[in-house]
Amino acid sequence: MDQPILEMKNINKAFNGIPVLKDVNFSVKKGEVHALMGGNGAGKSTLMKILTGVYTADSGEISIEGKPVSIKSYEEAQKNNISMIFQEFSLIPTLTVAQNIFLTREKKTGMGLLDDKDCEKKTEKLLEELGVDIKPSDIVQNLGVGYWQMTEIAKALSQEAKILIMDEPTSSLTKNETEVLFGFINKLKAKGYSIIYISHRMDEIFQICDRITILRDGRYITTETCSETTLDTVIQHIVGMEFDQAFEWKERSYATDVPPIFEVRNLTARKVQDINLKIQPGEIVGIAGLMGSGRTELLRNLFGIDPIESGEIYVNGQKQTIKNPRNAIDSGLALIPEDRRMQGLVLEHSVKDNMILPILSKVKKGTFIDNKKSNDISNEFVRKLNIKTDHIFKQARLLSGGNQQKIVLAKWLANDPTVLMLDEPTIGVDIGAKTEIVDIIRAMAESGKAILVVSSELPELLALSDRVIVMHDGKIKKEITRKEIKSEEELQYAIQGF
Amino acid sequence: MQSKVSNLQKQENPVLKGFEWRNYIVYFAFVGVLIYFSITLSDDGFLTTGNLLNIVRQTATISLMALAMTFVISTGEIDLSVGSIAALSSLVGALALQAGYGIIGGLIGGVGTGLVVGLINGLLVTKVAIPSFLVTLGTMGAIKGFAMWVTDTAPVPIVNANFNFIFGSGDIGPIPVLLLWTVVFTVIAHVLLRKTSFGRQVLATGGNENAARFSGVKTMKIKLMVFLGTGLMAGLAGLLYAGRMNAGRFSFGEGDELSVIAAVILGGTSLFGGVGTIIGTIVGSLMIGTINNGLIIMGLDVSQQMIIKGIIIILAVAFGKKAMKR
Repeated sequence: MDQPILEMKNINKAFNGIPVLKDVNFSVKKGEVHALMGGNGAGKSTLMKILTGVYTADSGEISIEGKPVSIKSYEEAQKNNISMIFQEFSLIPTLTVAQNIFLTREKKTGMGLLDDKDCEKKTEKLLEELGVDIKPSDIVQNLGVGYWQMTEIAKALSQEAKILIMDEPTSSLTKNETEVLFGFINKLKAKGYSIIYISHRMDEIFQICDRITILRDGRYITTETCSETTLDTVIQHIVGMEFDQAFEWKERSYATDVPPIFEVRNLTARKVQDINLKIQPGEIVGIAGLMGSGRTELLRNLFGIDPIESGEIYVNGQKQTIKNPRNAIDSGLALIPEDRRMQGLVLEHSVKDNMILPILSKVKKGTFIDNKKSNDISNEFVRKLNIKTDHIFKQARLLSGGNQQKIVLAKWLANDPTVLMLDEPTIGVDIGAKTEIVDIIRAMAESGKAILVVSSELPELLALSDRVIVMHDGKIKKEITRKEIKSEEELQYAIQGF
Repeated sequence: MQSKVSNLQKQENPVLKGFEWRNYIVYFAFVGVLIYFSITLSDDGFLTTGNLLNIVRQTATISLMALAMTFVISTGEIDLSVGSIAALSSLVGALALQAGYGIIGGLIGGVGTGLVVGLINGLLVTKVAIPSFLVTLGTMGAIKGFAMWVTDTAPVPIVNANFNFIFGSGDIGPIPVLLLWTVVFTVIAHVLLRKTSFGRQVLATGGNENAARFSGVKTMKIKLMVFLGTGLMAGLAGLLYAGRMNAGRFSFGEGDELSVIAAVILGGTSLFGGVGTIIGTIVGSLMIGTINNGLIIMGLDVSQQMIIKGIIIILAVAFGKKAMKR
């Protein structure tokens, strides 16, 4: 019991010479739920990818039950009884639960045909043992998401997994489903399985976990026992003491005596409820919240991607009807989406073609696109935003993350929006470009626009916002002016719902 | 806790109803078509044993290709080249017979041709990673051209009576050999899809390719196999055309891809992969054969038949798509 079932020692990993893990230690005992925590970029997912064979560590040791092992592929991880529980991507939706669990491992009858009865019987036993209330013959796509995970866990256990890795397992679950999952995790624990639990939700971690290991900036910080530590200590370890100069907040002034330039009244949609929001010209409002709190969904509703059930949107005091992104653009809204590669850019197109996409009607000469005008606009933005590209005809996919994000920004700035909404504007961007993007957003605000930023990076949110709105379960839980926020910890508390 | 578990009952998926309805629509439609023609064409001999067996004879080639196509579509791919393969195979088979290689020679020639094209399709889809729609659109044209070129568009007559009996016009007692071909391959295909690990892996690949790969399914190998399957069956279909018409001809199988895909989709196989049914496919194929037959008896010509087939495909896919939406 005392010997850890899993031990990772002095793990180092660098990408392109930039270290992301520095001498990280991590150990898990048999029959414990062990939380792995840290801010974005702390190295949690890299560490887990090394454990599951997606990446190979540059140096360091992994041992299972005291024996050193080498894991170079996911198959090898499975052989070493390690299984990653993917949220919903590793099941075949059109097959039954039993067919999924025993896929490629089915028992055959004497004639070499599949013995489905045997699979279903084994599955029934497995599900009964785990106390999961589904039938082996249920088709997966007809089950709720909560059951998908349990099916996956059952599958992992049928493959002799002893260490399960769960990454934000509750992010797509309802409260009830979460309770059921926790009951299930406790059962697994009692049976001696070990679970590595990755999550940002402190309340859940304190509810379900035995120990917490914290990483920060690629370094191992500490391992705490849940029953002996406090929320304060954990938050402090996650946040650290260093203060990034580039992200220092400057108090800004904006007009408060004029009517709001952007207003949302009683907006309700599938994932958000009763949202009321006013933004002054020149004001930057940050939205904080956990994944699944409704922050991204709100932006999608405002931009007409997902339908609104009720509520009103006003720009410059005028009521707007937004049924699709085209309406939103015409109303003066712009959205920099979360995933620039999937939603923000046409990667195969040139820098220029990407930039002029939303303003095609403005650069037309008669029926055709005015080449000179569109080239001029593109060149101007390349210069203004300091986009590092050889020329405006280069394919967007050839540029670095930071420069790609600047193209997305340029794309919308060219359209001169009244309200600029940004979802995780600096995700996956290096620190230099991050600072530049923060500056661009500030400059936009200076020119009198309303800015709405969603970010899970609190330092960034604190550096930018004049006011922070905290969302939880699709509702606005709290509204704080920047001046009232004394520290990152305080905001962290608010986000966690305390 | 207990009460919470019950709160979490499986969501009754509203999609489910549409789904099942979609799966059975082909059976109702088939019965409907039969009844319709039986009434409207009662004086024209539609409902005679002779005509019904005729439908089976005329449908055999489509049915065999549709069986193999069910596997291709179940993996989420498509094969447009089946008609062209049938044309070329009928010619290669006929040439082999003409050259004196006998029935076995003709069989190897015809089926071998299909396998070679299937291999090319499969390798281009899996190794070069070109979408199957484009690959088979290309081979559809190229193979058709090849079939026209090989004899300079001239038909190749087949005088081997045994070949014509086995692959075409023969009857064993009251049963046409073409019916036997259809039944035998339907049984094989059904068992293969439902009861073997190959079939399960085909459905898994189409259901979620990434997940299938993570579960240890060699998805590329599966895809290669299903294209070999359509190649093989289209090659055999070419020989059945040759046997029934006593000749190899470049124009055989023209437009068959339309009927074949319509049969599969009508039968309830999902164009998006992951769901496939052999019984549905065969009923879909018989239904298309029946419609063709009925329209001919009604006096409509080929062009009008094509219009109706095209509309049927679009309707079938529209129903399928409606059911897929969440």
